[in-house]
Amino acid sequence: MAKSLTTHEERVALFQTLFSDSIPHNKALGTKVLAIARGLASMQLDWREELVGNPETGVLAGGPLTAMLDSCCGMAVATLLKEPMPFATLDLRIDYAKPAVPGQPVIAEAECYRITRSVAFTRAFAHQGDPKDPVAAAAGTFMLGTKGIPTAAHGFRREAKA
Amino acid sequence: MSSLLERLAEARKSGDVARLAEAIPYARWMRIAPENGTGELLTRMRYHRDLIGNTFLPAIHGGTLGAMLEMAAIFHLLWETETETVPKIVNITVDYLRSARPLDVIAAAKVTKQGRRMVNVFAEAWQDDRSKPVATASAHFLVTSTDEAPPSL
Repeated sequence: MAKSLTTHEERVALFQTLFSDSIPHNKALGTKVLAIARGLASMQLDWREELVGNPETGVLAGGPLTAMLDSCCGMAVATLLKEPMPFATLDLRIDYAKPAVPGQPVIAEAECYRITRSVAFTRAFAHQGDPKDPVAAAAGTFMLGTKGIPTAAHGFRREAKA
Repeated sequence: MSSLLERLAEARKSGDVARLAEAIPYARWMRIAPENGTGELLTRMRYHRDLIGNTFLPAIHGGTLGAMLEMAAIFHLLWETETETVPKIVNITVDYLRSARPLDVIAAAKVTKQGRRMVNVFAEAWQDDRSKPVATASAHFLVTSTDEAPPSL
């Protein structure tokens, strides 16, 4: 990623490639990156019968929301990395505020509000159109500089235009 | 009565706890099912490629570990406690201890505190060595039937 990313569409496309299409579980869930900005990330998960926890109500299981919120928080961390660096989830808390309406997509919006040399702190909400009426809330902490290959999504260095 | 509680009654009669997972589409898709062959109720997530979150290491996606720990807690509450309602998850906190390799993940759960309305459950997941857990979780569940429908079950 020598090229500096300048447009929002290019950033969304890059994050879609790195955090959805090339991660088998996210690809299986069918997550779609909606928006990327410095410290912020947004992702969508479409309702699907296979992801249902209770077949009588059609309500999504908690698991797909957990996986999506984890990924979305991870993307928010990646937007703040000054250089490519592998990182991993240290802990993740999910509050299930209310059932997701069956048949409707769920949107996750994550913020990385603090990043240090070793740790990044994130918050996220999942909603179905009204961010003030969330179906779930998350708090995730990430360990930076773990094993693996650096995520090349360092498209938000200081010189990059937001 | 929910189909899950009907399955629970069938599973108790036959002694085959794995039938619980058949009523949950997400558990089938994830290949997560309880087993009690060893006398202890365990929950297993069978490895398949769609679980991968990091192709380089490779490692299983952290979200799937959270999901299977949650399922392990639910199966434990259904099987080991005298529940008459399907437990409703309120929240879960997952600690990631090691990266999970492309192998089956097994989890055990225990009730930390059983209240009249609220239960606190601890769950632990490992792969080939139980003394080296890959993730642990603690979760709260409502066990009364009066509240709103839950997000999961």
